[in-house]
Amino acid sequence: MRHHSPGIGRRGFLLGLATAAVFGNSRLAFAAGPGGGQRFVVVLLRGALDGLSAVQPYGDPALAGLRGSLASPEPGAAGGLLDLGGFFGLHPRLTKMHAMFTSGQLMPLHAVCGPTRSRSHFEAQDMLESGAEQRMASGWLNRALASRPAQMNARNREAFAIGADLPLILRGAEPVGMYTPSRTDRPPNDVYSQLMELNHADPLIGPALAEGLRARGFTAGVVPRNEQRGGFAELASAAGRLMAAQDGPRVAAMEIGGWDTHQNQANRLVPILAQLDDGLDALRLSLGAAWSTTVVLVMTEFGRTVRVNGSNGTDHGTGSAAFLLGGAVSGGRVLADWPGLGPDKLLEQRDLQPTLDLRSVAKGLLSSHLQLPDPAIAVAFPNSEAIKPKGGLLVT
Amino acid sequence: MAGSTRDWLLAQLDAPPDPPQPLKGSEAEPKLDGLLAILSTSGGPSVPGEAPSLPRRQIPDAEVLAYLARLIVTPTPFRERLVAFWANHFTISLRGGRTVAVLAGDYVRTAIRPHVTGRFVDLLRAAVLHPAMLAYLNQAASVGPNSPVGLSRKVGLNENLAREILELHTLTPAAGYTQADVTEFARLLTGLTVQTRQEPRGTIFRAARHEPGTRTILGKTFVEGAASIDAAFEWLANHPSTQRHVALKLARHFVADEPPTPVVDRLARLLRATGGDLGAVTRELVALPEAWDRSLSKLRSPLDISIAWLRALGAGAEAAKTASDTSQALGQGVWNAVGPNGWPDKAEGWASPEGLLLRLDWAYDLAGRFSRTDARQALDVTLGPLASASTREAVLRAGSNREALTFLLGSPEFQRR
Repeated sequence: MRHHSPGIGRRGFLLGLATAAVFGNSRLAFAAGPGGGQRFVVVLLRGALDGLSAVQPYGDPALAGLRGSLASPEPGAAGGLLDLGGFFGLHPRLTKMHAMFTSGQLMPLHAVCGPTRSRSHFEAQDMLESGAEQRMASGWLNRALASRPAQMNARNREAFAIGADLPLILRGAEPVGMYTPSRTDRPPNDVYSQLMELNHADPLIGPALAEGLRARGFTAGVVPRNEQRGGFAELASAAGRLMAAQDGPRVAAMEIGGWDTHQNQANRLVPILAQLDDGLDALRLSLGAAWSTTVVLVMTEFGRTVRVNGSNGTDHGTGSAAFLLGGAVSGGRVLADWPGLGPDKLLEQRDLQPTLDLRSVAKGLLSSHLQLPDPAIAVAFPNSEAIKPKGGLLVT
Repeated sequence: MAGSTRDWLLAQLDAPPDPPQPLKGSEAEPKLDGLLAILSTSGGPSVPGEAPSLPRRQIPDAEVLAYLARLIVTPTPFRERLVAFWANHFTISLRGGRTVAVLAGDYVRTAIRPHVTGRFVDLLRAAVLHPAMLAYLNQAASVGPNSPVGLSRKVGLNENLAREILELHTLTPAAGYTQADVTEFARLLTGLTVQTRQEPRGTIFRAARHEPGTRTILGKTFVEGAASIDAAFEWLANHPSTQRHVALKLARHFVADEPPTPVVDRLARLLRATGGDLGAVTRELVALPEAWDRSLSKLRSPLDISIAWLRALGAGAEAAKTASDTSQALGQGVWNAVGPNGWPDKAEGWASPEGLLLRLDWAYDLAGRFSRTDARQALDVTLGPLASASTREAVLRAGSNREALTFLLGSPEFQRR
């Protein structure tokens, strides 16, 4: 164990590795991914995004009556929506995402939902990440990567222990790890070595520490240590730099919390939508040329009630909005089989009726973007044969 | 494990309450009335009466530091563990906004602390009716849509508290409730709100905000009115699904991440037999052989290990800020959980590679700050016979006292409890 001192980590040695970072209410994790040039990022919005605020169906005649003060002015009016082609409008604060829409790199999805109809955050998030109708110990993205055929592994696949506070979506057999900047003095290498030796035999702590040191060796060269102060935008920027590198990871999962707007929603959404908008643009900029082969899937565990609740917020609902963005996305249009908001159209008279299962979108991306074969996709999303991979998501 | 250790734990349950603890920069322990008065004013530096004499924005930090100071020096750490456990079961978070942040200290002091060995229903009632919880889960803003206030102001339900009580505090989804049950419970809870602008300040029931009509929750009927809210708490607290959930959480915290089923069964039966007597259940936990089984030990959470380190290093109450910084850096800001489900209570929630590596960095850092603490003595006092031969040897042979302390604090034994 003595040779596992932090100075030794070489990027070439670490290519099988996934890493994660945690700042404030956002988090990031990586996996090496397949050998091609395609990049794939999943952004989880934890707490349930109000899809009807992010992507507003201003063309639906029932919207204004149901939403009252939560509906933004129509496109063209002062502080109005950013038009998405005549029926939907993007929240006024999502200006950078709107620019991506205009350049054909953003595709909003609407009336979507994960595998479950649970209105519990904790259940619904677990199932969205499990990719199944029941909780699993691993996530669909990890299973998809771990099940890919051996010839797709241009990369080192050493057996690393699993970073257990990774988002569930990336937990599983595929190697993963984690990175966080330290705010303390670090011990000299010989003290590390002795500490590693002391903990070596511990089945939980020993392998985790060894992996932690390797992860530091990997990220230290790419992520400047003092840059990691802020939230999602900084994290996204770091993610983009890591993934842009020739031998960097190809797959990442990020998350940003704070969407549970039961109260005073109109005001509370603005700063967090701003974080999302700025972060996604920072990701685009830091990926540079690699943006052209990137797909980002932004999704949330469920939507929120169509009607405003008693405190100018919304409660837990069902259908919500999601986003695909990136140079590889065939954007500039909204993908939605719109169910309508009329009184007889709502699920249980309260929620947006979902018409698109997010598993169908994810399957489509695994298949056409990461080019994973059907068996790997079936392992990622078990017992869902009826849910076909969505086509037509990417530029051809 | 020696009987004397059990006696020491049990004695803590009957020890007199800790003395009041003024906040730094203030003479008296703050009272809810004064805190609510501060919240209803512009936040100026000082309010007469029982309010703390420090600016409003400094109260949350001062409360956290007073709590941590108590954890570092307390003669009754087992009772503090119960307080922390129940405060996490009934999570509120500083992330919940100014009202929650200012009231968080009072919440733990008055809603959690007095009830940890009492009846579960009293703890449930105190926790979910405290103004901090009503603010955190938005109950203070929920109004019956057909109540006089609802009809005149066109405002209505906010079902956040109702859902989390059923899901997290009591039944869990295993009880099989539906959205309709959640909505019915939310209707029943309307009327509960917080009065801040006049006395008596605190949680009150305003009939004008209460949804009229009879409610049905999981087949059980409740007539309208405040008495039914209380009856619902009694019913939920004594529901078998709640008792099972509480038994599992206690066993997970005190025995093992995946506790043996017989242990959970036994605790659930005891809750049933005693009408939810948490004192009896706690005594049973101490008596359980499984709770002393080293092979079932628990990984310490960041706050646990921060406090354990500082106690081992002989730190005093003045180290509260250090404890706060350490726990925060290791991923657990005090009273600052991400969601209403609280902090994880399994190793997998804390055992990430970088998280464990950071512990070694902080062990080294703290060992430097307390490098005059005798490492050999600390080894005997903390790990004693539980220290492995290699840990003992590393401490005894280290090149400096700081390194010796680093090996003690960074040993695998110290990561567990």
